[in-house]
Amino acid sequence: MIETENLTRKFGGLTAVDNVTLRVNEGEVFGFLGPNGAGKTTTVRMLCCLISKTSGEARIAGYNVGNESDSLKIRKLIGLVPDNVGLYDDLSAYDNLDFYGKLYDCPDAQRKENIQRFLTLLGLWEKRDVMAGTFSKGMKQKLAIARALIHEPKLLFMDEPTANLDPESAKTVRDFILELKKEKRTIFLNTHNLDEAQRICDRIGILNTKLMATGTPRELERALSSGGGTRRTVVLLQERATDAVLAGLRRLSGNVTAEGNQLTIELKDPENENPAVIEAIAKAGGHIQSVTIAGASLEDVYLKLVREGES
Amino acid sequence: MRLSKSRIIAAKDFKTFRKKKNIIYSLIFIPLLVAVLIPAVIGYVSQRGTSRTSPAELVVLLPAFLFFYVILGGYLSTPIASYTIAGEKVEKSLEPLLATPTTDGEILLGKGIAAFFPPLAAVLGGSALFMLLMDLTTQGKLGYYYFPTWNSAIVVLMLLPLALLMSVQVNVIVSSRVTDIRTGQQLGALTIIPFAGVYVAGELNLINLGDASNLLIIAGALVVVDVLLFFVSRATFRREEILTKWK
Repeated sequence: MIETENLTRKFGGLTAVDNVTLRVNEGEVFGFLGPNGAGKTTTVRMLCCLISKTSGEARIAGYNVGNESDSLKIRKLIGLVPDNVGLYDDLSAYDNLDFYGKLYDCPDAQRKENIQRFLTLLGLWEKRDVMAGTFSKGMKQKLAIARALIHEPKLLFMDEPTANLDPESAKTVRDFILELKKEKRTIFLNTHNLDEAQRICDRIGILNTKLMATGTPRELERALSSGGGTRRTVVLLQERATDAVLAGLRRLSGNVTAEGNQLTIELKDPENENPAVIEAIAKAGGHIQSVTIAGASLEDVYLKLVREGES
Repeated sequence: MRLSKSRIIAAKDFKTFRKKKNIIYSLIFIPLLVAVLIPAVIGYVSQRGTSRTSPAELVVLLPAFLFFYVILGGYLSTPIASYTIAGEKVEKSLEPLLATPTTDGEILLGKGIAAFFPPLAAVLGGSALFMLLMDLTTQGKLGYYYFPTWNSAIVVLMLLPLALLMSVQVNVIVSSRVTDIRTGQQLGALTIIPFAGVYVAGELNLINLGDASNLLIIAGALVVVDVLLFFVSRATFRREEILTKWK
């Protein structure tokens, strides 16, 4: 659905997006992770034909981004939830959607049906005649999502849809994205919420001007673990860890932390080193409840790649 | 260019303007005030019998007064026209609008229509009332109803729409370059200066605004300016700049 090859955007001397090559498949939820200023919004704006690319190629559903005649076709195929919701405050929720439905050439019957459907799904139908300007942030965000879906686009770009929302509103939005995922819509999700990306996205791209990595959350975690990063063994004891237990473990690993009856030991090769860990605990009089191996988390991957990008 | 898209944008803007009380009040009350106030002053002064209200003076003054509506058209379109683009910027609604399958030309035309017709209706209504009240006020002095004349038809049906179009286009250009509505309005309001100059020249008898050929020359100049402004507005509306440079 989306293909880019060395996509680059410069603003004067500043490179905002540097040679990004990626592919997003149809029906996939692709998370674009990166710190502020990483170029996520610029990438989305290029893909939505809102700003031009400096160099490289990008195609949406086979249409060329940057080609004048393809731009209108691309914009018809896509829906955009921008980082600023940009609703018309003096228009009702219904009128906001109606306006966009008309601009996307939705036939009357379909437009009315979609307005009702999406407002109902997002819990806004009862507020359809209320001015959008009086809505809370969460309600505005939901309305912006409904607006982006009014013409039932094949591809939806969402630029940090849960940023600045309270936890409940953020959950509603996330749940709605999961519903859209079930409908097999392709979603390109800009976010810096790692937990959100892990829960929602099929694949993730980590951007820091350059695309640092792409893959499923598991693939990224595995790649970091096997790439010389440390992994953790988490041991749950039946009692608080004694000094003797900690001393025994510190002979095996330089990084041991204890929190209540939970021990976290950083190891290079936990599969091979865990028997020694268990033995050391038992020798020091500790009683083990469970032992689990924790790989690198998506957060670890993200931070490692972002720091690498910065250095 | 698809007119249907521009019409949708204009209809949305009409709906928005209806909620802006300051815009509605200025569209209703300013032309009304001028339509009532000038005939009232002329009527009052006529009763006192000064030389400025002799029949010979009146036939010079009346077309000059009517020209005042040309200035008014430019003035009234400023708040609406500057709101069209800069207002979208303030509400940050331009990005989703630009992401729809509409061209820059369709958006600009829609904005232009929205900014053109409400002030046009207001000044046409106001000028009709002005001519009616002026006729009632001056008929006793002149012995006939002065309005309508061919010259007044040129002013109302040609100069007024052309001047309004010019003002709308200047305001759309200005508001697509500035970052707030107030600056847009202040700069856009400068469009009334040339018309005010013509009006003052008419009052000072430097230009005879009762002469059809003078009015047609002004109309011709406005056509040229309007065509040039159309191309300038197309060239200055750069979606990329709007999205990346506006803060």
